[in-house]
Amino acid sequence: MVRIGAFLVGLFFAGWLLISFLVGAVAYVSEPPAKTVEHEFHKHPKDVEFSFDGPLGKFDRAQLQRGFQVFKEVCSACHSLKFVAFRDLAGIGYNEAEIKAIAKQWAIKTPDVDPKTGEMSTREPVPADYFPKPFANNVAAAAANNNAIPPDLSLMTKARHDGTAYVYSLLTGYQNQPADLIKHFPDAKTPEGLHYNPYFPNLNLAMAPPLTADGQVTYGDGTKSSVDQMSKDVSAFLTWTAEPKLENRRRAGLATIVFLLIATALAYMSYQNIWADKKKAA
Amino acid sequence: MASVEHTDSQGLAGEDGVRRRDFINIAAVSFAGVGAVAVVIPLVDQMNPSADVLALASTEVDLTAIQPGQAIKTTFRAQPLFVRHLTEKEIAEADKVDAGGLRDPQTLAERTVDGKKQWLVTMGVCTHLGCVPLGAGEGENKGEFGGYFCPCHGSHYDTAARIRKGPAPKNLEVPKFAFTSDTAILVG
Amino acid sequence: MSFPWAEHYTPKHPLTQWIDEKLPLPRLVYNAVGAGYPVPRNLNYFWNFGVLAGLALMIQIVTGVIMAMHYGANTLVAFSSIEQTMRDVNSGWLMRYAHANGASFFFIVVYLHIFRGLFYGSYKAPREMVWLLGLVIFLLMMATAFMGYVLPWGQMSYWGAKVITGLFGAIPVVGEPIQTWLLGGFAPGNASLNRFFSLHFLLPFVIAGVIILHIWALHIPGSSNPTGVEVKGPQDTVPFHPYYTAKDGFGAGVFLILFSILLFFAPNYLGHADNYIEANPLSTPAHIVPEWYFWPFYAILRAFTVDFFFIPAKLLGVLAMFASILLLFFLPWLDTSPVRSGNYRPTFKKFWWILIADVVVLGYCGGAPAEEPYVMISQIASAYYFAHFLIILPLISRFEKPLPLPGSITESVLNRHNIKGEQDALPGMGADPQPSNAG
Repeated sequence: MVRIGAFLVGLFFAGWLLISFLVGAVAYVSEPPAKTVEHEFHKHPKDVEFSFDGPLGKFDRAQLQRGFQVFKEVCSACHSLKFVAFRDLAGIGYNEAEIKAIAKQWAIKTPDVDPKTGEMSTREPVPADYFPKPFANNVAAAAANNNAIPPDLSLMTKARHDGTAYVYSLLTGYQNQPADLIKHFPDAKTPEGLHYNPYFPNLNLAMAPPLTADGQVTYGDGTKSSVDQMSKDVSAFLTWTAEPKLENRRRAGLATIVFLLIATALAYMSYQNIWADKKKAA
Repeated sequence: MASVEHTDSQGLAGEDGVRRRDFINIAAVSFAGVGAVAVVIPLVDQMNPSADVLALASTEVDLTAIQPGQAIKTTFRAQPLFVRHLTEKEIAEADKVDAGGLRDPQTLAERTVDGKKQWLVTMGVCTHLGCVPLGAGEGENKGEFGGYFCPCHGSHYDTAARIRKGPAPKNLEVPKFAFTSDTAILVG
Repeated sequence: MSFPWAEHYTPKHPLTQWIDEKLPLPRLVYNAVGAGYPVPRNLNYFWNFGVLAGLALMIQIVTGVIMAMHYGANTLVAFSSIEQTMRDVNSGWLMRYAHANGASFFFIVVYLHIFRGLFYGSYKAPREMVWLLGLVIFLLMMATAFMGYVLPWGQMSYWGAKVITGLFGAIPVVGEPIQTWLLGGFAPGNASLNRFFSLHFLLPFVIAGVIILHIWALHIPGSSNPTGVEVKGPQDTVPFHPYYTAKDGFGAGVFLILFSILLFFAPNYLGHADNYIEANPLSTPAHIVPEWYFWPFYAILRAFTVDFFFIPAKLLGVLAMFASILLLFFLPWLDTSPVRSGNYRPTFKKFWWILIADVVVLGYCGGAPAEEPYVMISQIASAYYFAHFLIILPLISRFEKPLPLPGSITESVLNRHNIKGEQDALPGMGADPQPSNAG
């Protein structure tokens, strides 16, 4: 009984799947799916090297500080960094006094309640505060940015595939639409107010090119601030904001694996010995 | 069974062999034990205060609005903190007492900053079982000694927040603090 | 427990004797996974995965209880509470990554455990109950993993919850009320998050309970072995401890090394980037995919594209997906061949390998976007999956001519020893060579 029932159920599912396949295959051959403009023109992130690449790479503190400067002077006007606190900057090599000064001088103030009147007000951030958001809420953010809400950047490099290279490619990838694209996909012309960028999934991005000129940021350490350099630095900084424990993780991992290799080798020898004993006893 | 040992390619025959093998088993088990202990460390450590909690471990208090005879209640490390502006009379009362005869002998001077004797900063946590004593708010019962009074089990503190009567064993705790200006203190 | 020659627990110290009288727990452990459990001497490394699955469950329970200490089951704070854990809690990143990757490792070892059972016929009499309980564990694991994936409240969490509960919505008439009931609302929200958290915390302990039944049922006939020939006498077995505890210790070491490599050096490799974006009910990710361990089933779900008369394709997909798991419950009665081990079943062995390839293909298609040619490939692969279990296996067991079985476990060990030669007969492969003078 079980086998007859199973046979019928199997025949039904397998048979209907094969029919579905034939229907799909006929449709696929008779009218092959049209290639989309994203399929043709979307590019994978560029290959770019960082000090933290590879299993044992470390952050370059000077680069992170430069990247932070780019974030501060350019990105932070529109993008929040809500999971990072000023105190976390100790992780990129600032000391307590410097962090205090950075927080105090931050252009955006921390919202608070006036202790005397109870009214909403703002105050200077302190190290324990998270980076204040540039817009009070999503509605304000959309209103100020042509209806596109600038995403929070704390986790950006983890929230995109190959995120660090993605951010770098996006920042350096703005260009005019290729003539080829207009020729094959006349409807895909970049709409007014958007910007063509082949590294963005749907090719047209609301954000205007943020890094446009060499020297837009003046680095304290004398590094030449080309667009490429600034993009690279801020990508590195955002990698740190997304994964501040990266170095701890790799250090702990190395120690753990060395320990486990020794322990496992011992376990193997012990296992062989115990079974060798069995040989004797038999 | 001796012939088995001879065919054994690992050559584990004899007394030394037995000892070496025991040693390897013991070493393997010990390594596993060390590993287990090492794993326990982060498992325990994760319950300690996290970085965001520690970052809030200091509180700044503005003193400008506190008139003599008044006190405010604020928070420090998620616990009540009393900041009291003592009057001349209260200071005199506190100084009059012979500190040596108290349950927890301390003078007012020892409990305040030099030259700022009028600013009494204490935790608002009764040293008996942790209730919040009365006396910081306007019109609250200040107890028999004009300082603080804990209603839970009837501990009376004087104007220097020293325990004078009741079950509490210690004076109200004075946290570590410093004046950042004439009118502001940083606690913690 | 199972064989008359099993060693007996005899406590020597007065204290252990006293405990044994009052609560014979040490005796129970001794008979279950100690020297009192005789196990076939020829088990290979594929028999390690049961113990490793137990280890994986323990890792999940320990790290999970810790994650729960820092988690806020509320849509407003769920995402940030996990970020907070990763950034601010001492070793919080370790706990979170261990829990997320631990789930993947749990499924890896359980899948190996299941395919071991499929190859060596572990589901056959007298071990049907062991197999059935194992499938119950597998179903509970899937439910637990699904609900756990919702908790971080990222984009994939939210849309995963929506899609999976939407499966129930495909059931005619009662479907939509069931979906609303499951979610406690019309879309995933606070109510859903809280109940998923509660059940996600509860189910692992239920799993632990069913594991006890699984082991109990196993101990009645005793463990199977690579030859599929039943144990005939004391010469065929060794005590579980120290022989297999030592082997499992080594297995656990290898498992932990692989786990550590992923956990410390590629913790997000098996995850999806979109789950680092906080849930947004107004925007669906471009490709919604479940975690990798659900991909084969997800491919079957999506393979149905044509309505069957009055049954919509969506409902067919849901039925087929559930059927693909439920059919395993009937396996002991579908494969009627008296020979257990695939090693002695040449035709079965070939089809077993095709099944492995088929499931890998299904997995690949399930993780790919719902486009051609992946849909067509998954249609063929799904058809094979059903045909394999429901049509091919019963037919093979009827017509296949198995190879001659060894007379006993010890005989098979001896033969193997003679073929391979003395010097490279590794006890590590489970085939413990018999000393030459014994033969």
